[in-house]
Amino acid sequence: MTVLSVKDVGKAFRSYRSEWQRFARWFGLALKPAEEAWVLRHINFDIQPGEAIGIVGQNGAGKSTLLKIITGTLKPSEGQVQVNGRIAAILELGMGFNPELTGRQNVRHAAGLMGFSREQIDAAMPDIEAFAEIGEYFDEPVRTYSSGMQMRVAFSVATAWRPEILIVDEALSVGDAYFQHKSFARIREFREQGTTLLIVSHDRSAIQSLCDRAILLEQGAVIKDGDPEEVFDFYNALIAEKENSTVEVKKLDDGKVQTRSGTGEARVEEVVLYNSKGEVAEFVGVGEPVELHVRVKVHRPIKTLVLGYSIKDRLGQVMYGTNTWHTEQVIHKPQPGDEYLFVIAFPANFGVGSYSVQNALHDTDTHLNMNYDLRSMALVFNVINIDKKHFLGCLWNEPNISIENITQ
Amino acid sequence: MFGMLRSLWQYRHFVLSSICNELITRFARSKLGGLWMIINPLAQVAIYALILSNVLAAKLPGIENKYAYAIYLMAGLLAWTLFNEIISRCLNLFIEQGNLMKKMQFPRITLPAIVVGSNLLNNVLLFIAMVGIFLLLGHHFSAAMLWLLPLTLLLAAFALGAGLVLGVINVFVRDLGQAVPIILQIWFWFTPIVYPVNIIPEGYRHWLDLNPMYHFTSAYQEVIVYGRPPQVEGILIIGALAALLLLLSLFLFRRASEEMVDVL
Repeated sequence: MTVLSVKDVGKAFRSYRSEWQRFARWFGLALKPAEEAWVLRHINFDIQPGEAIGIVGQNGAGKSTLLKIITGTLKPSEGQVQVNGRIAAILELGMGFNPELTGRQNVRHAAGLMGFSREQIDAAMPDIEAFAEIGEYFDEPVRTYSSGMQMRVAFSVATAWRPEILIVDEALSVGDAYFQHKSFARIREFREQGTTLLIVSHDRSAIQSLCDRAILLEQGAVIKDGDPEEVFDFYNALIAEKENSTVEVKKLDDGKVQTRSGTGEARVEEVVLYNSKGEVAEFVGVGEPVELHVRVKVHRPIKTLVLGYSIKDRLGQVMYGTNTWHTEQVIHKPQPGDEYLFVIAFPANFGVGSYSVQNALHDTDTHLNMNYDLRSMALVFNVINIDKKHFLGCLWNEPNISIENITQ
Repeated sequence: MFGMLRSLWQYRHFVLSSICNELITRFARSKLGGLWMIINPLAQVAIYALILSNVLAAKLPGIENKYAYAIYLMAGLLAWTLFNEIISRCLNLFIEQGNLMKKMQFPRITLPAIVVGSNLLNNVLLFIAMVGIFLLLGHHFSAAMLWLLPLTLLLAAFALGAGLVLGVINVFVRDLGQAVPIILQIWFWFTPIVYPVNIIPEGYRHWLDLNPMYHFTSAYQEVIVYGRPPQVEGILIIGALAALLLLLSLFLFRRASEEMVDVL
């Protein structure tokens, strides 16, 4: 059973030559609007219970319109949205809070707005108060709150009841670190109980750590729907895309997807990983000194050339990344035909698992200005534990533990 | 339509607590707090009663009480205030609550319900203050006062109907928000509230029948001032009018609520 099904949804904002024409339409007159601006068109997707989905897209791509249609505040102009269960939205936390009312009164009001009865609210109130952890302030007027406290109360009431679908907007990244952890934990817990998450964020790591699927919106259409890492690579390439650059997507043997974009003034010809014995390696040991060889060819004259690289875990979280801008090794005025070999030597201090290398050629410290060549999944390698003691995590950080018996 | 009523019932606690919150907010941070709810209408009534009745006492035939004019005035004002407040609040209701309507999914019908509820409450308080003062001044009320209950409900329905229509249209044509207060001012003076009907020349008096508020104020005046039941004919007219307006406004409201969010 799908929990949310979006079928061929489109949304047009209509304007009329005169508002009187709009009113006439309500009474059944078939008048054509003067102008129709479609902000969403032919949106299709189904979501299963327990899925976590990131919605990605540039500003104006139609993300918030889509969310409003899913929440039900906006009606689609065509198509339909089918929702099985209750939707809760953490959109603008604390919106509609009345500054003169106490936290408790505002919670009552907000929960009422969500459609809960007095008994349900009374039953949940102790939990809400406990989760917000703002102590006696809970019975003080909200105007005396810091914005963090207001957010705590707002989050507590918005998530006091487990919804079938939880919509999380950018908003989540505010607040102090402690509460952020706490709220993420609650969201994870909901998910384990079967709540579907819909997350809108530009924060790649938040989406990749929570979601197992991402949907990329561009100019009102779904242009990519799939694995978050793949979608984000495509999205980044899209941002970096300039007039004469291309985005190229290639499926690798292991099912991963490589995305390559850039204007092509310089290209990475080859990326190879060598182990400590100088052999081309796919498997390296924990802590083994390795070398990443990146061969770059310049095709057109450019002012500066910077190589950036990052190593990501299988979820796409960056383990480490830097570039030759930060290491102050910028190449100035390379000529067409020049070839460079970058040798990046480092110890593979990673936990056991599969890692990928992303590389980028650009002009300054980021690829957002000029992007010559950006490639995700340029190389995939595995780290295995050969000679180290057993450990957990993605970082090999061997400690020195000393134990003293201090019994008196 | 029944869906609307059902969701309104489901959200009844929300509506009630919103009405309470409105009161709390209004008097937050004032020392006397809720007492102002009584003091305000009391002061209003006292001012009219003491000042105007001494100046204009002679002009109202039919009752002996010295304060007859004040009583007459207050009866009309009681009706007009309710009408005026509900319309004015409904007029900008959707624009003010636009952000909420864009972000949260809840029955929109609760918004006008809150407005009507809180204005009815204010009206009851005004009425209580009024009764208190006039009893002190020696005016006696008759059992006809019970008519006020249906009259108030009819008036609220009429005002809600008109207010909703205006409020919905105002979302799209904002000029209305500016024009309606002016029209209400003019309307006030075209309704016999401050002056008695009989100062209007006989030949023009029948025009008053076209003013729906005249039927309300005259019914209020009959009941409160003269202690007589209101004219059945007038009640029928305003009852039909209120029902018609309310139906039209709910129809419009349902049709428009989709598009309202688009332009807010």
